[in-house]
Amino acid sequence: MSVFPVMLIRSGALVTLLIATASGRSRETPVLPAVSNNQLHAVADFAAIADSKERSAALFVEASRVLLHPRCANCHPDGDVPAQGMQMIPHQPPVTRGPEGRGVVGMECTGCHQDRNLVHARVPGAPDWHLAPREMAWVGKSPRQICEQIKDPKRNGGKSLAQIVEHNAHDKALVGWGWSPGNDREPAPGNQEQFGAIVAAWVESGAECPSQEVRR
Amino acid sequence: MSITIRVNGKDRQLDVDPEMPLLWALRDVLGLTGTKYGCGEALCGACTVHLNDHVVRSCVTPVSRAANAEVVTIEGLSPDGNHPLQKAWVELGVPQCGFCQAGQLMTAAALLKKHPRPSDEQIDQSMAGNLCRCGTYTRIREAIKKAAGVGQ
Repeated sequence: MSVFPVMLIRSGALVTLLIATASGRSRETPVLPAVSNNQLHAVADFAAIADSKERSAALFVEASRVLLHPRCANCHPDGDVPAQGMQMIPHQPPVTRGPEGRGVVGMECTGCHQDRNLVHARVPGAPDWHLAPREMAWVGKSPRQICEQIKDPKRNGGKSLAQIVEHNAHDKALVGWGWSPGNDREPAPGNQEQFGAIVAAWVESGAECPSQEVRR
Repeated sequence: MSITIRVNGKDRQLDVDPEMPLLWALRDVLGLTGTKYGCGEALCGACTVHLNDHVVRSCVTPVSRAANAEVVTIEGLSPDGNHPLQKAWVELGVPQCGFCQAGQLMTAAALLKKHPRPSDEQIDQSMAGNLCRCGTYTRIREAIKKAAGVGQ
């Protein structure tokens, strides 16, 4: 009987291979160890996935757990208004992206957000606080859609894949803020070093995108 | 720590903690009490001032950010209260209690500097962060239009 994997799916923190068999029935086979929601798998864990394309796609799904975490996705909105909090409610005060993603006159991002978190006022901050451009929206998109746009220089700020790795691994300002959000805000899963390693491994393995059905 | 700030056209030397909110420096050290403390969390806009021509909430702006920079407060908006917005504010009787109005005026002044003839949408977007518990929003909008000479 032939067995062929058709997609990777996540259930909680567990990544499984959904296996379709020749009998027409499917089964799920765990291939990665379980991790808590605030952790990331190590790159080495993905060696359990034998097929290189599936391994690459699985690495991106893991990266998407960071990309779609509210700490990151809140400023990659689908529209002109950023979100805030783990519930991703519209930003208060009501702000709009403006022509350059930095707000409009009188309501510029840096009118309130400083270059660092403010503990007492609870205003988050990092250098050059601003919204991701509209073409880099992540909210409401599947990991595959985000994967495709991240690989597209027309929608990723003209970056090469090497520059994508560098940006995610070493930008200590807005990217790094995702793991240092201040006050009692929940950070993105894992840490930036792990995330950078996952993105690098994804690129090294061919930068494959997961199938459309896959969710983080 | 000594910090030099140009406030309303005059260089001021401040010997304060660099983390002191700019609002504290303006009100408690320099005696410029026209700028108000509202929420302390950048949510209401009562403390709005201009920093190098940008609108900032002075309650959350460390005074160190204003070092060697130009700060304009409501006291410096015009030499004798004759800014077009101030005149329109008086003519239309905009304020009720008045507490938020310095912030409203500073944001409106920045808006008109960038957009001398603002649309309703531009007014709404720029003024959205300045709260008024008396609900004078319609008069604020009318006064901005009057000062700009649009949509009367």
